[in-house]
Amino acid sequence: MADLTRLGAADLAALIAAGEASAVEVTQAHLDRVDAVDESVHAFLHVDHDGALAAAGDVDAQRSRGEPLGPLAGVPLALKDVLTQHGVPTTCGSRILDGWRPPYDATVVSRLRAAGVVILGKTNMDEFAMGSSTEHSAFGPTRNPWDLERAPGGSGGGSAAAVAAHFAPLAIGTDTGGSIRQPAALTGTVGVKPTYGGVSRYGLVACASSLDQAGPCARSVLDAALLHEVIAGHDPMDATSIDAPVPPVVAAARAGDVRDLRVGVVRELSGEGYHPGVEQRFHEAVELLKELGAQVHEVSCPHFPYGLAAYYLILPSEVSSNLARFDAMRYGLRVDDDGTTSAEEVMARTRAAGFGPEVKRRVILGTYALSSGYYDAYYGQAQKVRTLISRDFAAAFEQVDVLVSPTAPTTAFRLGERVDDPMAMYLNDVCTIPTNLAGNAAMSLPCGLSPDDGLPVGLQVMAPALADDRLYRVGAALEAAYIDAWGNPLTEEVPQL
Amino acid sequence: MAITRAEVAHLARLSRLALGDDELDHLAGQLDQILGAVARVGEVAAADIPPTSHALPLTNVMRPDDNRPCLDPAEALAAAPATEGQRFRVPRILDEDA
Repeated sequence: MADLTRLGAADLAALIAAGEASAVEVTQAHLDRVDAVDESVHAFLHVDHDGALAAAGDVDAQRSRGEPLGPLAGVPLALKDVLTQHGVPTTCGSRILDGWRPPYDATVVSRLRAAGVVILGKTNMDEFAMGSSTEHSAFGPTRNPWDLERAPGGSGGGSAAAVAAHFAPLAIGTDTGGSIRQPAALTGTVGVKPTYGGVSRYGLVACASSLDQAGPCARSVLDAALLHEVIAGHDPMDATSIDAPVPPVVAAARAGDVRDLRVGVVRELSGEGYHPGVEQRFHEAVELLKELGAQVHEVSCPHFPYGLAAYYLILPSEVSSNLARFDAMRYGLRVDDDGTTSAEEVMARTRAAGFGPEVKRRVILGTYALSSGYYDAYYGQAQKVRTLISRDFAAAFEQVDVLVSPTAPTTAFRLGERVDDPMAMYLNDVCTIPTNLAGNAAMSLPCGLSPDDGLPVGLQVMAPALADDRLYRVGAALEAAYIDAWGNPLTEEVPQL
Repeated sequence: MAITRAEVAHLARLSRLALGDDELDHLAGQLDQILGAVARVGEVAAADIPPTSHALPLTNVMRPDDNRPCLDPAEALAAAPATEGQRFRVPRILDEDA
């Protein structure tokens, strides 16, 4: 049989449903590849061999009893370590949660299990999803499968690398300011941030609650859509979950038609700081959209350049509040509890020992931005910029159906290059942040390799809230045209490792 | 200078982070640089712009007040750093002479 790890999710599910491969065989093939190669990539923090094989066995048993299988039954998936899975270590890339085994499943995880998706393990990430390279993981960085000396992006670099390295055809990421899309761009894979509230946050360990959103990572647009449909939908356990039908993302991915679609090129997301190779591939993608029948216009979103500044006030403010729960009392790390040290001192020493430098930086920044005397100038003003950015989107979406830009200004950068230069690291997110602030939906899909360095370039497509299907329509149309031109999906070019 | 080392030390105390002198020095310089960059939100945010705290305009989301299964005491305490009976044991919270 062909190498099962080279196949996508839809193809694997079809093989399993037809009885041409068992779910256990498919799972074992992926586990074998992880065991053989992940030492060099470090996409996983924990591999759950027994749990994955048991879940695959359940799917095979279901099939042998003649029970109907879901569209992704038996397909392996890599889960970002920020989502709780009952009894499986969940660290969020932090020492403070080292060894914690959650007593419950996140809603995303329950839905994956109910669909028969096989969870292989937990993927590496920047600590509590703060970072753009995975270098802020307490357990060491993930390496980009395209070039092991480079970062895979972040915070969900582990999930993106797992998909690019053919460890799993699917992964779950979470996106607060670009943590699904920027790693997708840097690894040549597909990543989608659904509309805020489209996927339940129950069991997603909070970074910034008003921005966090879980979504699919895959090597193809259709696979991402199939996963999107499994995890999305209203959940009473999350008060910010939208009580509305899931947009028809799978149908859109199967249609893949952009004829007469109005596409806006965001003027402000280009220019200084953007690699020439990134801009070249982006402009070619825009030309391709025209050839495919889209009506392309330039659109101005004048407040987008202020998004980064607003984000790096709003996010730390929410972080400083959310991470107060790590208090060394009910779960997680506790240090220096010798019977004489006060609770407050134990708390402060535990948090100093358990959090890494980026988390400390943001907690302190947020505490400052929220403090009396500075609140109006920082957090208050940032919230107003958030309004202005939402208005920019609303005005743009009166003229066009979707917006496009590069996903990130550069290709994958070298490990170590930006790790102690916070502003340089934050600039990675300049194109992705506006969507989080407004709560819209966006996708990154590969649009070729940069002529500068041979590394993947991502195209970002942005849609209004609850119009996630438009992303898949555009993504699938472009993907089909690229495969015609290239002969293969881009991830076929990833080194064998 | 937007932020001084003494201010960072105060913020660290408010944040319950016992930081060493090296960390405070390093952070003060970085926070000053970051604050310099993010202060530009003030350039466009005029007085007549309403703030947005959340992308979804939701208030008071309710669900039925039904009994549901929950964690039993053993599960709730399983990850605790220290326990005593069916309780979380915490470090001293009062001064001895209180």
